[in-house]
Amino acid sequence: MFEKALKGNNYYWMWLAFLGFFVAVAVVCYLRQYFYGLGLTGMTRDVSWGLYISQFTFLVGVAAGGVMLVLPYYIHNFKAFGRITILGEFLAIASLLMCMMFIMADLGQPLRGLNVLLYPTPNSMLFWDMCVLWGYLILNALCGWVILTAERKQIHPPKWIYFFVYLSIPFAFSIHTVTAMLYCGLPGRHFWLSAIIAPRFLASAFAAGPALIVVMALILKRVANFDAGKEAINKMVTIITYAAIANMFFVCLEFFVGFYSDIPGHKHTLQYLFFGLEHHGHVYNNLVPFMWGFIVLFFVGIALITIPYTRKQSDLWLGIGCASIFFAFWLDKGIGFVLGGFVPTPTEEIVEYYPTINELFITIGIWAAGFFILSVLYKIAIGVEHEIEA
Amino acid sequence: MYDSGKIIPGLIIFVLFITIPIWYNRGAAGSVPKPELPKDAKTCVLPAAEIRAEHMKLLNVWRDEVLRDGKRATFELEGKQYQKSLMLTCMKCHTSKKQFCDKCHTYASVQPYCWDCHLAPVE
Amino acid sequence: MDTNRRNFLKVAGISTLAGLGGTAVVDRLVAGAGMAHATTGAGQGAEQAGAAKAGATRYGMVIDIKKFQMDPGLGEKAVKACHQIHNVPNFPEKRDEIKWIWMTNFENAFPEKPNLYQDEVTEKHQLPILCNHCDNPPCVRACPTKATFRSDDGIVGMDYHRCIGCRFCMAACPYGSRSFNWRDPRLFITNINKDYPARTRGVVEKCNFCVERVQIGKLPACVEAIIDSKALVFGNLNDPNSEIRKILKEKHTIQRNPSLGTLPSVFYIV
Repeated sequence: MFEKALKGNNYYWMWLAFLGFFVAVAVVCYLRQYFYGLGLTGMTRDVSWGLYISQFTFLVGVAAGGVMLVLPYYIHNFKAFGRITILGEFLAIASLLMCMMFIMADLGQPLRGLNVLLYPTPNSMLFWDMCVLWGYLILNALCGWVILTAERKQIHPPKWIYFFVYLSIPFAFSIHTVTAMLYCGLPGRHFWLSAIIAPRFLASAFAAGPALIVVMALILKRVANFDAGKEAINKMVTIITYAAIANMFFVCLEFFVGFYSDIPGHKHTLQYLFFGLEHHGHVYNNLVPFMWGFIVLFFVGIALITIPYTRKQSDLWLGIGCASIFFAFWLDKGIGFVLGGFVPTPTEEIVEYYPTINELFITIGIWAAGFFILSVLYKIAIGVEHEIEA
Repeated sequence: MYDSGKIIPGLIIFVLFITIPIWYNRGAAGSVPKPELPKDAKTCVLPAAEIRAEHMKLLNVWRDEVLRDGKRATFELEGKQYQKSLMLTCMKCHTSKKQFCDKCHTYASVQPYCWDCHLAPVE
Repeated sequence: MDTNRRNFLKVAGISTLAGLGGTAVVDRLVAGAGMAHATTGAGQGAEQAGAAKAGATRYGMVIDIKKFQMDPGLGEKAVKACHQIHNVPNFPEKRDEIKWIWMTNFENAFPEKPNLYQDEVTEKHQLPILCNHCDNPPCVRACPTKATFRSDDGIVGMDYHRCIGCRFCMAACPYGSRSFNWRDPRLFITNINKDYPARTRGVVEKCNFCVERVQIGKLPACVEAIIDSKALVFGNLNDPNSEIRKILKEKHTIQRNPSLGTLPSVFYIV
């Protein structure tokens, strides 16, 4: 079915070329980083994880978001999602490939990456993360491909694929739970040492993933003559709304625990992220604008996707609303969560993190590579849809 | 054959490309590397043929035994005690990385990463 | 593409994968039989943390804070000895810095004991902190390749050959004891020690309790550098007659962040 991706109009090729340019820049930047060392990034001894790992954390959530299409369709027989589960599955593939690229970019010795497989360590959450990420990638590739092929031939998918489809549902929950467990089991980082991290991750994943799918479905309606259907979009928006509100409820609980107990360990990181932290006469607040941007974008987004006019009558405002939710949770998880965990350091010092240009271009390039893969996959899916409609 | 005008020249270029290692040196194999042996020691820790074939594995075994298992016991060779160590045993006899180690490694196009950390003797 | 060519490519692709995978599996099985003994062993230390076998060693250290306060030069001597003997690089910029043992303020070493009205001496002077070689180390639990491992004598070691540089251990350590090689350290080692390797870029490093000295009966370099002052005392915590146990019985000691349950092996006499 790959031949579907090789025929497209000029806009399609220009879009791929635009993304390809950023990928090429990222390759050059990565080579510079490979030969110099990770010192070319903004990470330091005290903030040892930066943009790469925070993007990875966010993208695992986006990948898990695809399950919000698969679950209602295959388990609860919600027929309206029939045409778009493939969008969720292909988004999961692209997101997971982005996650793996971010991890490879972040490793100090990437050529030794196979050591995780050669010396399996069941007590390490990173080992399980690698297992479930690969497992989910293979599951999505398998299910997406087989079912799309069956649709193209206009026959029922083979019975054995449903085993893998049902398996992919707990896998989706597990990939983000395991990623959360990377953080919530570390005794030295009080911001992360909370049982609500995993539920928070899942809630923001189930909002951000479908939000991106809705935005792309609306774009595909414009540029590729592919209509997901009003009922499907409406149901997705409902799911996004509840998931987003659940996430904000969890954030408020974190605030309550931190500020009502007034225990410094629980409070300081939230203070640093949202209000700035004063330490030895200096106020550290470089992430404050991002976190308030997250709050503002959340409210804007929720308003746009719940108010009946913008939700039902206007594709443009619905798209903007969903994009706001996506950006809000990107700021929450992709910027605030990981970077905040390192402030203050275990020795109660404060070191702020600023990414370097090289690091930014590698990050942008990996995002571009992900969207490149996603565009190609969606072109295939839509090509098949148009073929069977004809 | 369809497109034979494109396929046959393509095949010829491919075969030429893939056999570069053979015809680039016009059939000559290049001279056999001659690593400079140490003057004061008679044997290595293993017989010559064995050490040539197994030194990579031996170093890995030493590494795991010393670093991970803590078995730092010395072993005896010709009456002297030696440690299981690249820097403290091997390089004490083979005192020049360039004249010994690199001679074969360059010929075989092998780039062991030992020297990223382990310090070669000063030349 | 007609179906015959398609089937041919499918069969060719699968047989290539099977061939590559099959030879790799057979090779590993053959090699694994010989190498199995070398890769097991020290890695399992994490699971047995805390429950020492009868007669097993457990190395520990007692740091006398008052001695470091009375003679501020001691700290520099200990740090220098460690960093020189282990080829620890000295980077000019703080962002790249690597330190195995260093002097810091009381409130940074013991952040769980904030004290609004600290005594003058503690306020003005510093004390050394290093890897605590915990008996229940979170860094060992976190490492995905067992590159950091707890050996049977209590020392938490680093295998630089296996480290993939993921820095998960750095996030896991509750004491900030670990450093990463953000760039190639070779040029920044002042006074190279030719008998000990350096590290390469992309791996994590930390104090190793001078395992290469301790396991052949010597004392750690920092202890030996200031041995006359007895500000640092090193010994076997599992030996009830050792000097370190005597000191622990006589003097009141505290540990860093004890509520985290990491069971550190480093004690501080206040």
